[in-house]
Amino acid sequence: MSYSISLTVNGDQRRVELDDPRVTLLDLLRERLDLTGTKKGCDRGQCGACTVLVDGRRVNSCLSLAVTLDGADITTIEGLADGDTLHPVQAAFIEHDGFQCGYCTPGQIMSAVGLISEGHAGEDPERVREGMSGNLCRCAAYHGITEAVIDATRRMAETSERKSA
Amino acid sequence: MSDRVSETVTMPMRFGSNSGQSVTRRDGIAKVTGRATYAADNHPDGMLYAVYVPATIARGRVTHLDTAAAKAHPGVVEVFTPKNRPPVVGDPDKKPFMFAIPIEVLQDDTVRYAMQPIALVIGETLEAATEGARLLKPQYEVEPARTGFDAEPAKRAAAGPFGRPAEVVHGDTEAGLSQAKQTLDVTYDTPAQYHNAMEPHAIVAKWDGDKLEIDTPNQAIVLSRGFYAFYFGIPADNILIRSPYLGGGFGSKAVPYSPLVLAIAAARKLDRPVKLVLTRAQMFGPVGHRGATRQRLRIGIDGEAQMTALDHVSTAIVDSFDSSFPEPAANASQGLYNASSLHSLMMVVHNDIGVPGAMRAPGEASGSAALECAIDEMAEKAGMDPLEFRLKNYADVEPGTGKPYSSKALRECYAEGAKRFGWAGRPLAPRQMVDDKGFLTGWGMGTALFGAPMFAAQARAVLRPDGTGLVETAAADMGQGAWTALAQIAADSLGLPLDKVEFRSGSSDLPDGGVAGGSGHTATAGGALHAAGTDAIRRLGELAAADPQSPLFGTGNQGFVARDGRLYAARDESRSEAYADIIARAGGQEIEGKGSAARPPEDAARHAMYSHGAVFAEVKIDPVLFQMRVTRLVGAFAAGRIINPKLAESQLMGGMIWGISFALHEEARFDKRTGRIMNTDLAGYHIPVNADVQGLEVITVHEDDPYVNPLGIKGVGEIGVTGTVGAIGNAIWHATGRRIRHFPIRIEDLLA
Amino acid sequence: MKRFDYVRPLSVADALAAYTPGAAYLGGGTNLLDLMKIGVMQPDTLIDLGRIAELDAIEMLPGGGARIGALVKNSDLAHDRAFAAAFPMVAEAILAGASGQLRNAATIGGNLMQKTRCTYFQDPHSPCNRREPGSGCAAREGDNANLAVLGWSDACIATNPSDMCVPLAALGAIVEVQGPGGRRDIQIASFHFLPGDQPENETALQPGELVIAIRLPAEAAAFAKNARYLKVRERTSFAFALVSVAAALQIEGGRITAARLALGAVAAKPWRVTAAEELLAGQSPTQEVFARAADALLEGAKPSGENGYKIELARRAVVRALQMSAAGTPKRMPALPASSFAEEASHV
Ligand SMILES: Cc1cc2nc3c(=O)[nH]c(=O)nc-3n(C[C@H](O)[C@H](O)[C@H](O)COP(=O)(O)OP(=O)(O)OC[C@H]3O[C@@H](n4cnc5c(N)ncnc54)[C@H](O)[C@@H]3O)c2cc1C
Ligand code: SF4
Ligand code: FES
Ligand code: FES
Repeated sequence: MSYSISLTVNGDQRRVELDDPRVTLLDLLRERLDLTGTKKGCDRGQCGACTVLVDGRRVNSCLSLAVTLDGADITTIEGLADGDTLHPVQAAFIEHDGFQCGYCTPGQIMSAVGLISEGHAGEDPERVREGMSGNLCRCAAYHGITEAVIDATRRMAETSERKSA
Repeated sequence: MSDRVSETVTMPMRFGSNSGQSVTRRDGIAKVTGRATYAADNHPDGMLYAVYVPATIARGRVTHLDTAAAKAHPGVVEVFTPKNRPPVVGDPDKKPFMFAIPIEVLQDDTVRYAMQPIALVIGETLEAATEGARLLKPQYEVEPARTGFDAEPAKRAAAGPFGRPAEVVHGDTEAGLSQAKQTLDVTYDTPAQYHNAMEPHAIVAKWDGDKLEIDTPNQAIVLSRGFYAFYFGIPADNILIRSPYLGGGFGSKAVPYSPLVLAIAAARKLDRPVKLVLTRAQMFGPVGHRGATRQRLRIGIDGEAQMTALDHVSTAIVDSFDSSFPEPAANASQGLYNASSLHSLMMVVHNDIGVPGAMRAPGEASGSAALECAIDEMAEKAGMDPLEFRLKNYADVEPGTGKPYSSKALRECYAEGAKRFGWAGRPLAPRQMVDDKGFLTGWGMGTALFGAPMFAAQARAVLRPDGTGLVETAAADMGQGAWTALAQIAADSLGLPLDKVEFRSGSSDLPDGGVAGGSGHTATAGGALHAAGTDAIRRLGELAAADPQSPLFGTGNQGFVARDGRLYAARDESRSEAYADIIARAGGQEIEGKGSAARPPEDAARHAMYSHGAVFAEVKIDPVLFQMRVTRLVGAFAAGRIINPKLAESQLMGGMIWGISFALHEEARFDKRTGRIMNTDLAGYHIPVNADVQGLEVITVHEDDPYVNPLGIKGVGEIGVTGTVGAIGNAIWHATGRRIRHFPIRIEDLLA
Repeated sequence: MKRFDYVRPLSVADALAAYTPGAAYLGGGTNLLDLMKIGVMQPDTLIDLGRIAELDAIEMLPGGGARIGALVKNSDLAHDRAFAAAFPMVAEAILAGASGQLRNAATIGGNLMQKTRCTYFQDPHSPCNRREPGSGCAAREGDNANLAVLGWSDACIATNPSDMCVPLAALGAIVEVQGPGGRRDIQIASFHFLPGDQPENETALQPGELVIAIRLPAEAAAFAKNARYLKVRERTSFAFALVSVAAALQIEGGRITAARLALGAVAAKPWRVTAAEELLAGQSPTQEVFARAADALLEGAKPSGENGYKIELARRAVVRALQMSAAGTPKRMPALPASSFAEEASHV
């Protein structure tokens, strides 16, 4: 049996024919749509490396079956920057050295974008740490990650204030 | 040209403006946009997926595999078992090179450890191959697994890893102990730990006749080519390994492991590219680990609290078929404290486990954990502040050997760390400090120590006609920042701004960048780059000095200063010329320099070379529930010249968080009946999450080391783990009055 | 993962109609898909509940109760202002579980139904009575440091890992289920089963039955001012509980008038003993009284392996949780929900 789904991936409308319902969103992105920015660290929801936004919310793409996502809007790390202009979270990660090997980084960044839009952590370091705890980093760049998320939160708040003013 | 950088320089040594700067990572944009390609991101046309079937027993024989069921699954292309194993030419039980280990590539049906590959399933899709692997449902003839320290009586190790002896004796510790005024005799246990880089081991292998291309994360690209050449009976030059980005290595990605070799063999047999990525669970077996240790430490002190003996015997659990890597924990006691007698010995107990190997600060991490806690216990017995006790036993020359240190700013580390932390006034007795919320608060410290080795590397540097530079060496960036720090060194050696230098790395067709390990990569690959750049500049200078039309004509004897793309006469900076102009007049050809780096044995014989540091920890502990949190860590480190303070700080912080992990979290839990690890996932095998990390501060103490290498670089990658574990253990004692003599320390231990 | 058929009904009726033996309902998939990947669950058909709009509502009921559709996401419930104000310890428990990403995907029904984390249950190569009836229990003599100290049997010593279910149990939630035979209500106390000699019977749900909603009775909202969840764990976040406690009080004039108390991670179901609650009623909120309640709640506890420490830990956690709830529900969700390191914590 084959399943046909339509997805919006990083703004592009895509029709995907799935010959196999077992394909996770993560494997769909990586192995079939050539979007390898999203990483697999555990395939079991335990590390956060595969975090993407589905309809604006951060989820673990490894625990999400592609076939269930018909009609969904998906944002991956590849879709975050605006051309050559980095998203504030991406820029902050570079500035605060919020990564080393970079493998967990796409997941960290997508998780941070999700966290910021959820709006529960603000600039409180303890809340940011808690909110980012679903993303393991074996290089242990946590110090920089927390700083980066706080910094990006602040900058994004300033930008949206300026816009609304 | 000569091998030694220092001899090639006929001009003043240039430490340009790039080194010492906190340049942001040059690979930063690639990494934050998802464009950095890790091995598993590759997808050549026609690629197949391989999934290996792991043994679910620790010892015995495979008696049945349901190949028919697996083959019947739609999308399964092939099932490899010992009956039809894809050929591997080199003997898998041999060790082609020093760091290699025996591998399991379906050569027979025996199982030596759990998670060993016992079959390989190939599918058109990952889903098909994965299910095919599950359908094989192995059956076994099980032999009892040997697990834990009680599996057999400990034996003396034949040798230590890295060619070090199993036993080191300086003086008579038994005598030292019997003469001591006070003695300590304690045993500390550390568990088996698994590297668990976030990127699991992965390979994409593609053959073209007898030429092989592989994408795989690798810490020693050129060396590994030799390994693969051995296994596949082809010249090393036929092999191209690409490893531009490693998703973490920590020592586990330096040698070819069984599943990787199997995947290459399958690709050759099927004549199609094959990708194999380990599952997280499969990271707990065939790809190395830090062996468990049981360490007995005996210390004696005289009436002045001077150490009369330091005796460190460490028993390590090793595998039962190679045994070449007993976790060298006892080494940690050799270079640090000024005891009048020193003895360290490695013992082994064989288990049915995968071969242990080097994991971030191998030996030093486990050894320092036990040593620094024991030192704290000894200080307590002596009624002394632990910092004062350490200063009392400060070694001004390497204990035992009496060699001078190439540099040792440990006193400064102690002083600056203590000051920043606010150590002064710490109550001597435990259980004295409670914070305003009622948490038991404890302060502890540990000394950090790690050797400053160098390996061998080569590099090439080119000055292009347009005045820009190109440098090449097959280095490995596993997160430590090689893409950036090495480029900084190279840019300085070429006298160019960083953005005018192209840096090619991470591919085995480049000059050998050596092993990214032992915290010696920046010194080694950096040294080679520096030499290559210096060589290119020397050649450029020769051209200019010999060219009557150059302002530099005839200045060759005074040497040159290379800065910002111009060459200046060393003693007369009014005479200078741009590189591009010199090259243009000389015919517009690229100018190539070559360089290499290695430490001359006589240098190593003259000086003891280490990075040092002092780590101070604050823990807060719930007085009733005993949940623990490391609320502050301050580490002061002296590690020679720091090329990029920002990246060095990140390395040191990462190491310190590994210390938290060691002290409070990490442990492979074995089922004693089956010898299998039961927490082979990241929900069960805990490493710290973001919320486990609060106040972290790193201080780098200035150190000029004229002996360690021409650039004065030591390493920062591993030392952060050392010192920290002990500091946390000691802080827990200080908070609670409880000495827990094993790691990780758990709630359950404090509750007991 | 075994191949399966996939169906996506749009209504409860269609979902029930799609059910055949061997099928499984799919909520957020964070537990089911995980177990399918490691071969522990092998459904022939997945019935995706994700598009059944009627299951996706949080209703605050007149009189003070609430009804939560089975498909409501964990994070949506925890952050629903009205709900969190009325049932703060449920919100706190949810936020103390898993990670931000997982809570965005996980559903209330799936959370209620999640399986034990016993490592042998998760390993198809180990004997496990719960997974494979009659095969034995590998945990009994194995790695069992975080398994049950209450209500276990020789057949199985697993625990229920859900945080959310602990306050739900304390508050007497009702599970609404619907099957081919129609709708029925199940008290949460009788929803999860103790293992006895049939650990494979995990819940009162009959094959094919669907969890429709969870209801909190009106009287449960009366505890809103003094209700806390406490979770003791080996990492500061993103770890399953060693023990956890939901503790809620009503205090009038310095006296406890009513109490609700349940323990998590100690048994195959959230552990509630009404006698412990009754013992608190009429007393002033002191440590001694709390300690007596803890003893009553833990009556009969015994180690099932190397987990005796959990009994003492649970005893202490109960006292602490009661102290925390007596101190009052914090105005804002603590930065570290349910943690003893929550910013408001004070143990002086
Ligand atoms: C890494 C990790 C860490 C976690 N940590 C925690 C933690 O700390 N605390 C905690 O409480 N939980 C934790 N969880 C578990 C998590 O809470 C559950 O996975 C989640 O709540 C399950 O919800 P779901 O909707 O994804 O369920 P699914 O995975 O979709 O389903 C789970 C089960 O419920 C059944 N089911 C689902 N919906 C219905 C329904 N409406 N009617 C009948 N049956 C149904 C399914 O058939 C399946 O058997 C963790 C999970 C992971 C992966
Ligand atoms: S405790 Fe229960 S779930 Fe765990 S192995 Fe035993 S029977 Fe299975
Ligand atoms: S890969 Fe999805 S959470 Fe680890
Ligand atoms: S940067 Fe390497 S795992 Fe996070």
